[in-house]
Amino acid sequence: MPLPSSYSPNYFSIDDILATQERTPCKFLLNVPKMGQLNPSAAERDLKAGTSLELPLWLVIEMSAGRQPIITPELPKVFRESYREILKADACAVDLHKYSLHFYEVGSYVKHFDRRGDVHEILLHTFKTRYRQLMDLADNSVSDPSVQHSLDTLEKRIFVASHSARTKLNSWLIKSGSPLEAAELVVNHKKRKRVDVDDMK
Amino acid sequence: MYGEKAYALVKECANHENSLPPYNASLVQEVSNEIRTLVEENQEDAQTSTEETSDSGSVVSTIRLRHAAVKRNLRCLMAYHYNRLRLLRKMRWEFGSILPADIKSNLSPAEIEWFAKYSRSLASYMRSVGDDGLNLAVDLKPPKSLYIEVKCTVDYGRYELNDGTVLLLKKDSRHYLPRSECEELVRQGVFEHIL
Repeated sequence: MPLPSSYSPNYFSIDDILATQERTPCKFLLNVPKMGQLNPSAAERDLKAGTSLELPLWLVIEMSAGRQPIITPELPKVFRESYREILKADACAVDLHKYSLHFYEVGSYVKHFDRRGDVHEILLHTFKTRYRQLMDLADNSVSDPSVQHSLDTLEKRIFVASHSARTKLNSWLIKSGSPLEAAELVVNHKKRKRVDVDDMK
Repeated sequence: MYGEKAYALVKECANHENSLPPYNASLVQEVSNEIRTLVEENQEDAQTSTEETSDSGSVVSTIRLRHAAVKRNLRCLMAYHYNRLRLLRKMRWEFGSILPADIKSNLSPAEIEWFAKYSRSLASYMRSVGDDGLNLAVDLKPPKSLYIEVKCTVDYGRYELNDGTVLLLKKDSRHYLPRSECEELVRQGVFEHIL
């Protein structure tokens, strides 16, 4: 069970940890002794200034901060100009899941690498355009299950939440009394057992 | 690359959102070894740095890089344990104070101890509320009637009610029982509530 939000920098948030593992290209400004192993294409002991590498976000953020940055970060591919144009044209037609599993989370980190604020705008634009479609999906999810696969993690979470809210509202409108139910984890536990038994046969 | 093992640990949590996978003691050990190595290397470099700052840049950047990796590894370890405990706490409310054996076998000794302690403090808190205690795990939904109709979903065996009547709970048998008596069993999936 992950923590509900990763927007405030939540130390324990699993989503945030997964998002900061995504790689982004960057360039070294200083020599870093003894760190040649980070660059798989060279066998030198030291990491030379000017090397370009793809490193995880958590390292890039840490190393580019402070008074004396060691690396300059660059934007990952999906946040560059050409991809931004596609999102600007029609964000709803895009398979965001393929772009990045944590599109918005990664975006809100890398937007600081872009001084002009284009990434910031495109994130907002993408979310606003896709939100309407997302709500429509959640209310009428019977239609086509495959559309769910084009959502990124945040969107999927919103989808699941709003879908269960809609189902609850519907059942309340029809019966107006809610039955006692088995706890969520108990139901899950039973389902898993059934699978295990099938495996043994 | 640093932090890969710690990432695998967190990934394990993410893949099992509503169940507890076995406690991965060996991976936890490997991550703590990685942290220890990094810290030792840093201490070594910090002591020798004054002599060789010349040719290939300062070791300060190396130390910073390693330190970032240490911080990351720590964060992953903490998140792994913290999120497991959160799930365990939820289980206390949903399964009751006795966990199914197959879940219990997935816990580390420390987690089992934590669970017992949590159960104990919860029980003593529930006893302290009101005059003669209050069970916080029942009446999660507002009751509409005193008696409800339930269907048994498993062969549970004998079950004694508060007034001393003994029921034989067989699969698919139906009962008309006081709500307060069977709510807990419904939560545990023994009964199914029929409206």
